[in-house]
Amino acid sequence: MSESAISIERARVQRNGTPVLSDVTISVGPGEMVGLIGPNGAGKTTLLNLVNGLVRPSVGSVRVLGRDLARAGGNEVRREVATVPQTRAIDPRMPLLVREAVLMGRYGRIGLGRRSARRDRAVAEGAIAQVGLSHLADRPIGHLSGGEQQKVALGRALAQEARVVLLDEPLNSLDRSAQADFVEALRKVHEERGLTIVFVSHELDTLARLCTQVIALKDGRIAAAGPARGILDDAALMARLFASNGKSGA
Amino acid sequence: MDLGVLSETFMQHAVLAAVLAGVSCACIGVAVVTMRLSFIGVCMSHAAFAGALLGLLIGMPPMWVAFPFSLLAAALIGPLADRAEFSPDTALGIIFSGTLGVSFVLVGLIPGPKAEALRLLWGSILTVGPASLVLLGASTLLVIALVIVFFKEIQAVIFDRRIATAVGVPAGAVFYTLLVVSGATITGALNVVGGLLVFSLIVNPAAAAYLLTYRLDRMFLIASAIGVASGLIGIAVSYWADLPSGASIVLVSTVLFAIAAALSPKRRARAAEAAP
Repeated sequence: MSESAISIERARVQRNGTPVLSDVTISVGPGEMVGLIGPNGAGKTTLLNLVNGLVRPSVGSVRVLGRDLARAGGNEVRREVATVPQTRAIDPRMPLLVREAVLMGRYGRIGLGRRSARRDRAVAEGAIAQVGLSHLADRPIGHLSGGEQQKVALGRALAQEARVVLLDEPLNSLDRSAQADFVEALRKVHEERGLTIVFVSHELDTLARLCTQVIALKDGRIAAAGPARGILDDAALMARLFASNGKSGA
Repeated sequence: MDLGVLSETFMQHAVLAAVLAGVSCACIGVAVVTMRLSFIGVCMSHAAFAGALLGLLIGMPPMWVAFPFSLLAAALIGPLADRAEFSPDTALGIIFSGTLGVSFVLVGLIPGPKAEALRLLWGSILTVGPASLVLLGASTLLVIALVIVFFKEIQAVIFDRRIATAVGVPAGAVFYTLLVVSGATITGALNVVGGLLVFSLIVNPAAAAYLLTYRLDRMFLIASAIGVASGLIGIAVSYWADLPSGASIVLVSTVLFAIAAALSPKRRARAAEAAP
């Protein structure tokens, strides 16, 4: 049996003395796409930050791609772990082209103070083509729609040549058509590159279609974990997870 | 127009100072304007001004004290701006009011005429000496080297510090380096345009360039050109119209910003988008 791409054991994370994650144990296999659900404040983003080394556990261990994060440097880990953050408004006047925004994914690998080489630019071009944005490569990033900007973020993750991709609610504030477009790009990328993906989303139907397993978090603890269908079809669990959150699907 | 004055040493110093201050302030301006931290310039320049006043009061060279003061402001601004309970504007406002208060107290404590203190406030490019030029030259070289060597890291931090960190760029270190170099630049420019007006030389050329291009590398070049033009035209206006030099430079940079705003392709593009 191959080693897990992500392995977290009994991790505890505290902020200002208050636990935000407690006794979290998960295992994600190489090439697997795992959904992460839970109400707001459940600790989903903290869990992603644990995987990309931005947060260290006070108790427990985190291993990503065979590296123990207690020993590996944060920047070293982040070269292999890409993050696609939540959508946010980008100033339409931002002096950055789509091509540059995707090439940014190479910056950690290129190294501090070094210039991008021909190979870096070729990898970025390939990533732009793979997410279907070649025709927009020379446009300012702030001129793109929210869905297109999320594809740029996915392209950046591909340019990074990361083996693990963390998606932090990338579908938020996208309309249905843009969501479908992004999900299709993601499905293709996952299939073609065999990436390990952790996908935080409130879109449960999407997770059911794409993910092999789903982890449900509530109040910083794992409320349930298992095959996607089994978790997402458990009406009692969904009600318990989201009852006080006032959301049906979140 | 009599250009014979250009053979005078004081005017050659002034022209060199205008070029150096124009480039260094504009480059720092590009970073602070694109990161929406424009007020950082006013904060650090007032901190440098307070330091220079303290230097005057205790009999030390003003610039020797101005630099650590601006660094102290940078050391306070960074963590305050990073803390979730404060917006960066609030953090900057707190430090700005503090440095302003210290400056006025120190002005009050300086015995006798306040001419030297006022010179630090308003600057005097026409009387800039070799020592100030060396300091300004060193800070300008530092800024240019930083921009050339770490362009891609600066670009990533300007775009989004979270994303920069996520792709493996040491975003915190780059951000704090920018703050420290801003302190050095402001100190270097203090004698030229003064503590009060250096802020305009940081913000106006960069804000004008922001309106004119979607490329960060070009933005650095355009901002530098506007900064240099502001200095040179400002000196000419100041000399021939017998106006204060610092204020003339700042007014020219403001006029250049207004022209850039009027000609901005970004403004026209937005207007076209808004049209029915």
